[in-house]
Amino acid sequence: MRKIIGLLLLGIVAWGIAVSLTRIPFGAPKTKVGRYYVDKGVRETGATNIVTSVVLNYRGFDTLGEVTVLFIATIGLGAVLTTSRRKKSERKIEPASLILYTGCRFLFPLILLFGTYIFIHGHLTPGGGFQGGAIIASAFVLIYLGCRGRRISELGSKLAESLGGLVFVIVGLVGLAVGGYFLINFLPKGIPNSLFSAGIIPIIYIAIGFKVGSELSSIIDNLVEESE
Amino acid sequence: MSFLNNYIYYIGAFGLIFIGLYIILVKRNLIKVIIGLSILDTGVNLFLISIGYIKRGTAPIFSRPGIEAARMVDPVPQALVLTAIVIGVAVLALALSLAIRLYQHYGTLNLRKIKEQRW
Repeated sequence: MRKIIGLLLLGIVAWGIAVSLTRIPFGAPKTKVGRYYVDKGVRETGATNIVTSVVLNYRGFDTLGEVTVLFIATIGLGAVLTTSRRKKSERKIEPASLILYTGCRFLFPLILLFGTYIFIHGHLTPGGGFQGGAIIASAFVLIYLGCRGRRISELGSKLAESLGGLVFVIVGLVGLAVGGYFLINFLPKGIPNSLFSAGIIPIIYIAIGFKVGSELSSIIDNLVEESE
Repeated sequence: MSFLNNYIYYIGAFGLIFIGLYIILVKRNLIKVIIGLSILDTGVNLFLISIGYIKRGTAPIFSRPGIEAARMVDPVPQALVLTAIVIGVAVLALALSLAIRLYQHYGTLNLRKIKEQRW
């Protein structure tokens, strides 16, 4: 019964979507705003990666909202899991094999370096704070897999997370004070395709990188702690 | 054949969305419902990206001098999906933590047996 109702509902939804999709051709330019960003983006923001200039310059306030959603999800996860924290059952943690242990200790700094590279060069190459943060969190997953029993310090991750958020908001507020509106790009744009260019974009992306990295690794930390 | 050529990405994206919706509607195991949510999320992201695609377009990055702006794909959906992926991971983790709590409270993940969740 459930299956039939489900399939029926899906059929109705699919029919409606198919009718409207036939009017949206695939592969044709659709929006004027995207064209505008591509044409004017480098001159107006100094970032050669147009996606980055959209995320942090044209729609910077929107990104602040999205970072807040991420923050709230992390807080919610912490709140849901802490209330259930029972007494630590002293289960013996089986140590990882030699290969995994050595490999994770060897790879951990390299992955951190790669993540940092990704978010520092967010305005020049594909990548940015969100992706770099995810790579950094994956380095911490490796630590939890390989060097069992080792923990990231809670204070450090909270500090990085709060500092990242603070830098984002403070840069925005400085823009409000200097240029008249929130998150205005008040620093010099520099020469496109060089590391020190695009004004506030690299600063904010580094802040986001720290924030996303510490948030995702604290999510992993909470879930690992719950499973023990 | 030209129909497939024109709409294959939309079909793929909505295939994922409908698989996810079907799982959410029909399955009774909470973990499976969360998996469906994740598949649905992926489908929506894929659909957004395919909306922004332009035939034979390049990535919207001026990494080399000789790249022309006229052939670049739409950067706006990419910017949306960029954040949506990371938020999707965080929301997935939140859903899993709620599932952990539900299991501790009721001792089961079957939505039929959890009284308040029945529909």
